[in-house]
Amino acid sequence: MNVVETSGLGKRYGGTWALRECTLEIPAGRVAALIGPNGAGKSTLLNLAVGLTSPSAGGVSVLGGRRAGSPAALDGIAFVAQDTPLYKTLSVADMIYITRSLNRRFDGAYAQARLDELGIPPKRKAGKLSGGQQAQLALTLALARRPRLLVLDEPVAMLDPIARHDFMATVLAAATGDGVSVLLSSHVLTELERVANYLVLLSQGRVRLAGEVNDLLATHGQASLEELAMVYLRAAGERENPPSEVTR
Amino acid sequence: MTALTLAARPGEDDTSLRPVPWRRMAGVTWRQHRIALAGAAVLLGALAVYLWIAGLSLNHAYAGAVACQPASSVTCQGLDGTLDGMDNFLSNGFILQVLPAAIGAFVGAPVLAREMETGTFRYAWTQGFGRRRWALAKLVLLAAVVAAVAGAFGALLTWYYGPFVGDQSLGLPRTTPLTPGLFDLRGIGFPAWTLAAFAIGALAGMLIRRVVPAIVATLVVSTGLAFATAGFLRQRYLTPLLTSNGNSVPDNAWVISQWWAKDGTFAFGSYPPNNILNQYCATPSAGTGKGGGPGNWGPCLMQHGYTQWTSYQPATRFWPFQWIEGGWLLGLSVLLIAATVWLVQRRAA
Repeated sequence: MNVVETSGLGKRYGGTWALRECTLEIPAGRVAALIGPNGAGKSTLLNLAVGLTSPSAGGVSVLGGRRAGSPAALDGIAFVAQDTPLYKTLSVADMIYITRSLNRRFDGAYAQARLDELGIPPKRKAGKLSGGQQAQLALTLALARRPRLLVLDEPVAMLDPIARHDFMATVLAAATGDGVSVLLSSHVLTELERVANYLVLLSQGRVRLAGEVNDLLATHGQASLEELAMVYLRAAGERENPPSEVTR
Repeated sequence: MTALTLAARPGEDDTSLRPVPWRRMAGVTWRQHRIALAGAAVLLGALAVYLWIAGLSLNHAYAGAVACQPASSVTCQGLDGTLDGMDNFLSNGFILQVLPAAIGAFVGAPVLAREMETGTFRYAWTQGFGRRRWALAKLVLLAAVVAAVAGAFGALLTWYYGPFVGDQSLGLPRTTPLTPGLFDLRGIGFPAWTLAAFAIGALAGMLIRRVVPAIVATLVVSTGLAFATAGFLRQRYLTPLLTSNGNSVPDNAWVISQWWAKDGTFAFGSYPPNNILNQYCATPSAGTGKGGGPGNWGPCLMQHGYTQWTSYQPATRFWPFQWIEGGWLLGLSVLLIAATVWLVQRRAA
């Protein structure tokens, strides 16, 4: 089963294509990293996959053929958006209540245990938590829904190194321990080295590279994901702005 | 860090998903909007206490004045005077006119504007409940609560203002129940206007996506609609009645306009031009000049073939007008809420 499948997918905002001709098949059971520079179309692709945005061209289905944004798709996907939006004036307990109410499944015991472990008091207002705690709360709420696919948009961009590490450890535990498929975007490559085993590389709205990390490394003779990504991003940059044009 | 494991997922491959029950939105909506609702409740509650206390003495004085016999006695004149003295800043109802718009702006406008402004819509719209159902449930619930609270407050207003539109021979400003300022505070007017303002606020919030501008827009649009209705629309709900020479205009009718005509054609509006006055009524006995009221020149002009026409809405049309206004406001509110839900459904992140 593919957790995300797109064919000829495109999204246009006004006159500019944020994403175009995107064809992908991300298999289940992976931690898939969506990487690329700012403005490459990462958020657009994730928003399309979780149904927040509808495509301008092509199609996207999730969890083995469910239409993105359909009730069945929403039921199986948990999304943590960029900057982990929470209702800042509500308490942690209220956020748990609301998430439980809005979903068919909610593992209250898991959420409680996670928050205890993190030392997040239930009566604290979400807005009064540290950045790392807010990110962990958003992740806990998402995982307590027991999703089959967890989608994270730039989850660690705003976090300090320790908070980043803790956050990624939680993601990895869910992926390896519970078989949750993960799709996360980041422009910080070092975070992904440890966790990602599937890679999608975007630049300027187009997919440049997609596949299992090990296969890609072997095929392209690179030692690390970071080196591989750098090579491809440089190459993509040159294709869009060939040196000959500069000299002409 | 210990890895907490998740329990197995029952019914994971359930293809015919049963949707998350609607009733769950009650608790969600309450938790998210209890501060706005409590604010509205405190404001209306404080006003209600004041109106209740003031209304008790007002209605008591009114009942005493009505029951007093004979009306010309010194005692009764005294009671009339007491009643007359109770005229206060609330009498014309203008101050309370801001309440529906304010409730709409401060409860309705932030519902979606805050989600859009803070980005929490990305959380709310990706939960299993589904964004269309989420918006529909939330708006209908809040609309029902707002309308119910406003309905209770409207009943209190109807009672409070009873003496103002009662026996026209007693004190207090002689007011028709159709008068702008009181009409939409009494009967079903108050909840209907509050509901409409809430719906305007919800749509403005979704269109503008910023809390403060949405509040301002809601205040402006709601107030503008109320002014347009009171000034132009309401008098056309039913064809006004016409009467000539002012003889048969009932005491508590709502006079729409008055004009003078001669030989079946319009002559002038409220005040005769000098040439007409000089031509027919220039003699001192008829009383002339800019300072003279219709009492002076009116009878004179009537002798010369002029007719004064009055168009008015009789006070007996109070309830038909209430139902007409309540009906279109309810229809408008339903339309606006439907439009808001539609926007939530199709809006791209």
